Amino acid sequence: MMDFIIANAPALLIAVPMLGAFALPLIGRLGDTGRNGWILLITLVTAIIAVLLTWTVLSGGPVLYTFGAASPVDALPADSGGIPIRIVFTVDAFSAFMALFAAFVGFIVALYSIASERLSSGKDGYYALMLLLLVGILGMVTTGDLFNFFVFLEINSLAGAALVAYRIDKGVAVEAGLKYAFLTTLAGLMVLYAIGLLYGQYDSLNMALIASRMTYTMLDKVALALLVAGLALKAGAVPLHFWTPDAYSMAPAAITALLVVASQAGLYGLFRVLFSVYGLTLSYVTVGWAVIILGVLSMVVGVTMAIPQKDVKRLMAYHAVSQSGYMLLGVGVGLVVLGDAVAMEAFGRTAMEGGIFHIVNHAMYKGLLFLTAGAIFLYTGTRNLNKLGGLGHSMKWTMLFFIIGALAIAGIPPFNGFASKLMIYESVFAFSPVIAVIAMVVSVLTLASFVKVFHAIFMGPAQPRHAEAREVPLPMLVAMGALALLTILMGVFPEQIVSTLIEPAANALIDQGAYVATVLGGL
Amino acid sequence: MLTDTLLTGFGAWNPIAWVIAFAVALFIAWIIQRMGEPDVPGEGESGKPYLSGNDEPTPEATHIGGSNLYWGCTEAMNGYYARIVPLHTGCLTDYVLWVLGTFALLVIFIGVL
Repeated sequence: MMDFIIANAPALLIAVPMLGAFALPLIGRLGDTGRNGWILLITLVTAIIAVLLTWTVLSGGPVLYTFGAASPVDALPADSGGIPIRIVFTVDAFSAFMALFAAFVGFIVALYSIASERLSSGKDGYYALMLLLLVGILGMVTTGDLFNFFVFLEINSLAGAALVAYRIDKGVAVEAGLKYAFLTTLAGLMVLYAIGLLYGQYDSLNMALIASRMTYTMLDKVALALLVAGLALKAGAVPLHFWTPDAYSMAPAAITALLVVASQAGLYGLFRVLFSVYGLTLSYVTVGWAVIILGVLSMVVGVTMAIPQKDVKRLMAYHAVSQSGYMLLGVGVGLVVLGDAVAMEAFGRTAMEGGIFHIVNHAMYKGLLFLTAGAIFLYTGTRNLNKLGGLGHSMKWTMLFFIIGALAIAGIPPFNGFASKLMIYESVFAFSPVIAVIAMVVSVLTLASFVKVFHAIFMGPAQPRHAEAREVPLPMLVAMGALALLTILMGVFPEQIVSTLIEPAANALIDQGAYVATVLGGL
Repeated sequence: MLTDTLLTGFGAWNPIAWVIAFAVALFIAWIIQRMGEPDVPGEGESGKPYLSGNDEPTPEATHIGGSNLYWGCTEAMNGYYARIVPLHTGCLTDYVLWVLGTFALLVIFIGVL
């Protein structure tokens, strides 16, 4: 049984949550207890499969899974002419790393939702869409087929848009969902058009095969611009971030935590295309600087737009944009020096590791912060910072979790945000001191912003208008506590995380040859 | 302890020292809290804070709202905010123009440079 699960882990990683989603209308007839048990079981099993898959990849190298083949590792049957004609999942250390924390956040979000949504209607649809969103994310980060990537991107975007609009909220949430749907569909169409350009030239949709044949023609450059714009939009990078404040603020809190991971799947796609599909063939200095510029703009505009916000979730949404900038900056610096082995070893690899480490750190502390925002909204019914206050008297655990998340996002030691930011600061300083200083100033502004939020929500005398406020139900506390615990542990033991997960992930991105060889067998 | 040290290529970071400092700081904070009065001294007039003879304001009036914090900062950066905030129109067609504009710039940047 265990051997079967490990051998088919890439397929099961998608199949289990998909089965869970489509069975929900039936399971929902069992009532809340049955539905809650089902959703927890499905997300837990998905997380366990992700752990097994990650363990397999880290211990035995990249995993190749060919759908419909006699053997999953046989991507090139004898009569295929050397072209992987079937859909192939190529799971290397970077893919496994992304799938691992996405599946974990999926479980945490499910745990939180069974309490936060307990009084809401339409739970079958809510959970079905949530699982489909998870399917979209996991598919994007594991597939080795470009068209398949587009399909999962669409599943991700449509499920996300439906969830943003799910609690109509006098039409405001529907407007936010419409914007998210329209813009992410536009991003999907740009990606699809780019795939068409690549398919027209290279007669394949397989990323590894396209990488092996890439000649970087003018059409490839247009395709690359389409992919960068489309996936940067999905990731919420400035100046393509406009959907984030609306979508993140209007989605249910638990869904917002998962939407952050959905956006990071867009970042994954961007990095995968740049390093594994184009690799050294592209003008990496030019494109790397384009990524750095997107990163710096995201950091600065995100944090400065966050400071004057009055809605706590809109404020956090702008901070999510700002934090994405750090990831773009770190990986962008690595891309600029991709062809310079000396610079790569001197600072490029550390910058990439910092950027990749920040992805998972961001998923933990930003997910935690959005969950605390949901906890605050649950009994106060408002996200307006001018109407909140004094909640530290009645919501002590939520306050503690908020402090942990706020200190982590501001890069205060010993929390996880500091470890990844330190790697980015020091390596980027060797590349460009000015950009490193900008990154540090952005962190200071982030701290200032969260001091404001902390004071506005939790400090001051207890407010009579929030007399009903009390601590949230246990499942919500456990979900927040799990993310808070990881935020601390990943900060206190950063080297273990970096050496176990981050270094292999960065190496998988840098070594394009290994990615190609996984599918084509040593070309 | 060496295995807990994160090597950045230029320096090293060992969080254990910080954890110990955190624990000490929390312990000191706890001692200070223990030294304080456990409750207000008595009921009625003697329990009220002395505010130069003025009535104690309501909790709503004493709490500084989110918008009031950093008012000076945002006011000082008014020139920046006067330009950046209006770009966030909330209008979908404007956002589509930003996407197309960014794509056009990327084509020039990647295709020409």
